[in-house]
Amino acid sequence: MTRQMTGAKMVVQALKDQGVDVVFGYPGGAVLPIYDEIFQQNDIRHILVRHEQGAIHAAEGYARATGKPGVVLVTSGPGATNVVTGIVDALMDSIPVVVLSGQVPTFMIGSDAFQEGDTVGITRPCTKMNWLVKETDKLAETIHQAFHVATAGRPGPVLVDIPKDVQFAQGTYCPKPKAKTDHYAPRVKGDREAITQLVEMIETAEKPVFYTGGGVVNSGPAASQLLRELAEATGFPVTSTLMGLGAYPASGKSWIGMLGMHGTYEANWAMHDCDLMINIGARFDDRITGRINAFSPNSTKAHIDIDPSSINKVIRTDIPIIGDVGHVLEDLLRIWKSRGRKVNRAAVGRWWQQIEEWRSVNCLAYKPTGGSPIRPQHALARLEALTKDHDRYITTEVGQHQMWAAQYLGFDEPNRWMTSGGLGTMGYGLPASVGVQIAHPDALVINVAGEASWLMNMQEMGTAVQYRLPVKQFILNNERLGMVRQWQELLHGERYSHSWSEALPDFVKLAEAFGGKGIRCDNEADLDDAIREMLAFDGPVIFDCLVEKHENCFPMIPSGNAHNDMILGEVDTQGVIGSDGAVLV
Amino acid sequence: MSPLKIKKGSSKHSAYDLRDPHAETLETHTLAVIVDNESGVLARVIGLFSARGYNIDSLTVAEVDHLGHRSRITIVTSGTPQVIGQIKAQLERMVIVHDVHDLTVEGPAVQRELALFKVRGQGEHRIEALRLAEIFRANVVDSTLESFVFEMTGTPEKVDAFAELMRPLGLVEVARTGVAALARGL
Repeated sequence: MTRQMTGAKMVVQALKDQGVDVVFGYPGGAVLPIYDEIFQQNDIRHILVRHEQGAIHAAEGYARATGKPGVVLVTSGPGATNVVTGIVDALMDSIPVVVLSGQVPTFMIGSDAFQEGDTVGITRPCTKMNWLVKETDKLAETIHQAFHVATAGRPGPVLVDIPKDVQFAQGTYCPKPKAKTDHYAPRVKGDREAITQLVEMIETAEKPVFYTGGGVVNSGPAASQLLRELAEATGFPVTSTLMGLGAYPASGKSWIGMLGMHGTYEANWAMHDCDLMINIGARFDDRITGRINAFSPNSTKAHIDIDPSSINKVIRTDIPIIGDVGHVLEDLLRIWKSRGRKVNRAAVGRWWQQIEEWRSVNCLAYKPTGGSPIRPQHALARLEALTKDHDRYITTEVGQHQMWAAQYLGFDEPNRWMTSGGLGTMGYGLPASVGVQIAHPDALVINVAGEASWLMNMQEMGTAVQYRLPVKQFILNNERLGMVRQWQELLHGERYSHSWSEALPDFVKLAEAFGGKGIRCDNEADLDDAIREMLAFDGPVIFDCLVEKHENCFPMIPSGNAHNDMILGEVDTQGVIGSDGAVLV
Repeated sequence: MSPLKIKKGSSKHSAYDLRDPHAETLETHTLAVIVDNESGVLARVIGLFSARGYNIDSLTVAEVDHLGHRSRITIVTSGTPQVIGQIKAQLERMVIVHDVHDLTVEGPAVQRELALFKVRGQGEHRIEALRLAEIFRANVVDSTLESFVFEMTGTPEKVDAFAELMRPLGLVEVARTGVAALARGL
């Protein structure tokens, strides 16, 4: 049975066949036929954002909170260029996002037509794959392929550019099962011999550590379960990157905290001193490794990753295992069990004693002021205490607040933590919280923000109000670009060049102007009541939390230093970053 | 750590390459990349090289299978073993790439380049140019009373050598195709 329909109708039909229930978008001239089709159906919900960047971050938030691909619909030219930041963000953090963009009619391409942009050219280096569809007959198959590529292997963003005449023209619809997708089939099963070799190392390791990343979350809930089983059964300590938080529960007994530049003392020392490092779905990012030539000098390194190009990219790996985390962990557990579940209990026990010694440094300790201003760490500790029993999802912006959120909030489940890790996109958190709340209407969704980041996409408050999304914007307001200010203090002689905002809005009035609720809190004594008031309100809230303006985020591995060379607190921080480290970011 | 028993030259799994990936020596490799013949495919491959700072010493591309819609891109690149490994892995994960062959690692390969040389000269120089062309098995494909265009096929080294010899004899212009390469045997 062949089905004839217009290209615009095909788009909607293909989305339905892919199981899409929500699209984040913004209309414009080159996508009007598609919007006309969306108007005439009720299966797919369209969320009108206020800026296309908001659409793609919302789609990212949706994707990360559900494990399903996020879908974005934008017009040509500026509509498409406005999503580029989000596309790069999704590429860096391996988030499956399908962007559909309108394009000027095929016969006008190349003529500098109104709202024409070379969208496939601009997005070629920052998508997993993109397509310009020139024939309506190929449109449906291309969209099906786009969903396949976005989700298969290491997930990532894809873009389909659809000229307006292709949307109007009639063509034959290609149903999902008939679309050719077999040419892109990344391997998911790991090499058995390599896995066995890792099992042998696990059996004898004296100072092992699991270093887990976003790949565990991306692999799906089963991978997180397998990781938990493996960690419990072996008794090995687990640390995670920013991206992987929640894959192993923060309340689990093997948890030693996040690692990296603002990771815990015990996690970073364990990474430095271990004899067996088992990297599961992480990529040795520079925020993690610190100085490469001093990175975990005495360990054997195993690396499980679905992307072959992650292997040996930064750190030399002794046991590379290319495959999906879930599949590899399943095989790993089976082989380890069949060989008698051996581990060197005595040595691992001594290793834990050492870790407890590091843990006793209590690197996340802080002194609450008890009054005004509020210590930002304390604000998050109270937020954690008052919300940890909720069905809670956290998004963040980028900067100090993001690191504090990672340090002071505990994540016991995957897909509960959405933050821009690789690209570090300020303005991510508010639209991401919108996407998460759309996916989970009854859950508690909080965007932990800094006031500077939050202002970057604040227009999305309008979206939250329009769709009655009770997202909580928890802004740690220090009237500074806190992380920039911190680096200027440590690195640039306390010359605070353009790192503060002289004209901030009144956030309470701003919330009211949008039609939400505003709450201001400037005293630790009032904090719990204010947070409860925020939680009790059934609608979007901006929580303006006035915090200490000059607080620095510690612990910290300064740029160019090794894991065992951390700054713990407000000690003398002069000269902590050498001239080699100064060129790093 | 005993190396994994993956057969040498298995470039499909370049991460398992047995060469020391962290040696600092620069190596030159010839890669044959089989890709879908789609618009933008060359930009995609070249974009990867520029975005990640890899070298391209030579590059040729043409459709080799019209029905199968495939093109073959031959890239000569240089880098440390770690960089070469990355280049292969980065190419292999691209959706439009079907296969990456590292002809330098996978066994002996034939490498050829076609070049055209325009040489201007009269008298002794002209005769000497013709004589050398014969030695190099270059063909005359155009001739005026004052010039020749020679056509030659050979390894890049042979092309370099001929160009060097022609320079004092009045070499005006050179056009080269870049390297095309195939593995020897079956």
